[in-house]
Amino acid sequence: MPETKSVDNGVNVEAILEARKALTAQPEGAKFVWRAQCEWVRGTHSRSSVEKFYGLGDEQKHRTRYTFDSDHPEIFASEDNGATPVELLMAGLAGCITAGIATVAQNRNIQLHSVKATLEGPMDLQGILGIDTDVRNGFDNIKVTYEIKADATLDEIKAIVAQSQKRSAVYDAVTNPTNVTVEVRKV
Amino acid sequence: MSWQLTQRSIDHVVLERGEVAHSWKTERWRSLRLLTPSWQSRLPGYGYEGADPDGFRTMPETIAFLETYAKVISAPVREHTTVSSVRRTDDGYEVTTDQGTWQCRTVVIATGACNIPMVPALAAALPSEIRTMTALEYKGPEQVEPGGVLVVGASATGTQIAEELQRAGHPVTISVGEHVRVPRTYRGRDIQWWMDKCGVLDDRYDEVDDLVRARHVPSLQLAGSTDRRDVDLNHLSGLGVRHIGRLANVTDGKAQFSGSLRNLCELADLKMNRLLERIDVWAAEQELDGDVEPHHRFDATRLEDSPPLELKLKSGEIRTILWATGYRPDYSWLEMPVLDRKGRLRHEGGVVESPGMYLLGIPFLRRRKSSLIDGAADDTKVLCEHLVRTLDGKAEVHA
Repeated sequence: MPETKSVDNGVNVEAILEARKALTAQPEGAKFVWRAQCEWVRGTHSRSSVEKFYGLGDEQKHRTRYTFDSDHPEIFASEDNGATPVELLMAGLAGCITAGIATVAQNRNIQLHSVKATLEGPMDLQGILGIDTDVRNGFDNIKVTYEIKADATLDEIKAIVAQSQKRSAVYDAVTNPTNVTVEVRKV
Repeated sequence: MSWQLTQRSIDHVVLERGEVAHSWKTERWRSLRLLTPSWQSRLPGYGYEGADPDGFRTMPETIAFLETYAKVISAPVREHTTVSSVRRTDDGYEVTTDQGTWQCRTVVIATGACNIPMVPALAAALPSEIRTMTALEYKGPEQVEPGGVLVVGASATGTQIAEELQRAGHPVTISVGEHVRVPRTYRGRDIQWWMDKCGVLDDRYDEVDDLVRARHVPSLQLAGSTDRRDVDLNHLSGLGVRHIGRLANVTDGKAQFSGSLRNLCELADLKMNRLLERIDVWAAEQELDGDVEPHHRFDATRLEDSPPLELKLKSGEIRTILWATGYRPDYSWLEMPVLDRKGRLRHEGGVVESPGMYLLGIPFLRRRKSSLIDGAADDTKVLCEHLVRTLDGKAEVHA
């Protein structure tokens, strides 16, 4: 077992544990609202941005505004100005699980040296094109492969990745149904 | 606790809504046996003296065991006495029952953790074609209409009932959430023997990482049986039971299931291997390696490549849903502000916030074994000592 001080995955676990304690006592502060905006550019190209969110009982803000272009590839006769939305979803899933891996590893005093995820999401386009109504629109499944170099046994590394999935917001959002409400206003 | 109090000459009564061993008589299915071997039910001043210490007590044997114990220790039990309220008074408590009211200085709550079956709110959206039943209502397969059964929950109760129903000819699907996989037998010894000997069951509540989590760990996937078989998911799939993810939603006559099944099985396999590792390390330290079988690991949980994410509830494929989704205690009679926002009793190792009030027999009350019959001896000893100090006006906050 490495010394506590020598393990540094860049995660401030003390702060997270403090926050956990504080939010256990003040559960209202744990209620967050995430927000994103999206504007159509042209064709299948649109640009989403995130900046503000709500949490800890108040309005919060990212350090800066982040934008994400999404589009379809040229083989769909689009201009390919950005990632397809399903690729952004995979990026969200990988980002979430990977952040969890760093956090759990830090909490377990395990030094990470490298973490690489490869994601594959097979999809039958007969669904979204309406060719076959028995085929769903979404992914058939998503396969994530992690290659991790860390000062730990394979089982310890597997346990970190499993625990990260268990605590991942995006993993939950992808694996479980969520009610989605879309409202429309004419302007 | 009655034995402990009698040993210390403390006047007390034991109130019982039915008869001794009431919940064992009325709230269990017929084929159930204790999950712990007979030698392990070591009550204060009373243990197992029969010919089969490694066997598992049937329900009639468990009932007889508890009835005999109550007689042997001359427990002052008032049967058919239902408590309707407990209130704080100036110098103690007022306990109201359907057989009169008691004034007392201390109260010990030993009503258990499994009073009310938890049924998820989504049950309200089930189509009327589906019959539902809780594990508390389940007595045997004859109660279940012919046809497919969805058992929701894969801990000790869910896996045992799924096995029984599959064997009775029902096509069973088991919805699997977080679960704890352990083998019945490891290296030639019962898993409870190992956990008892190597100290796992003695792990203390004030030494575990996350006590709230420890108190809510699902029951082990174990069954007591004459052939000592496992009831893990691999055993069930061998019988033809189908595994499906955690029940996540019911909509438009369909049940939807989580896609997290693979990870939950991975978590359970890894957790089991950590327990076996702890056992192996202990066995090596004790130089037991020649006396027991060699160490080994079990096959990972086998799942189909793409477990279904949806079941149609109006197609006739599923006729009955059996909820094996856990229980919660009933404190509705406790007319005191001692519950937290989740309805859990606030206590420190069984010492309730209200002076002179104690809690017994819930998971990880003081030790991992607190929910076992075998956990009663240690817990009641410590809490009875605290109770005596309370009566003497010398009690501190912690036991």
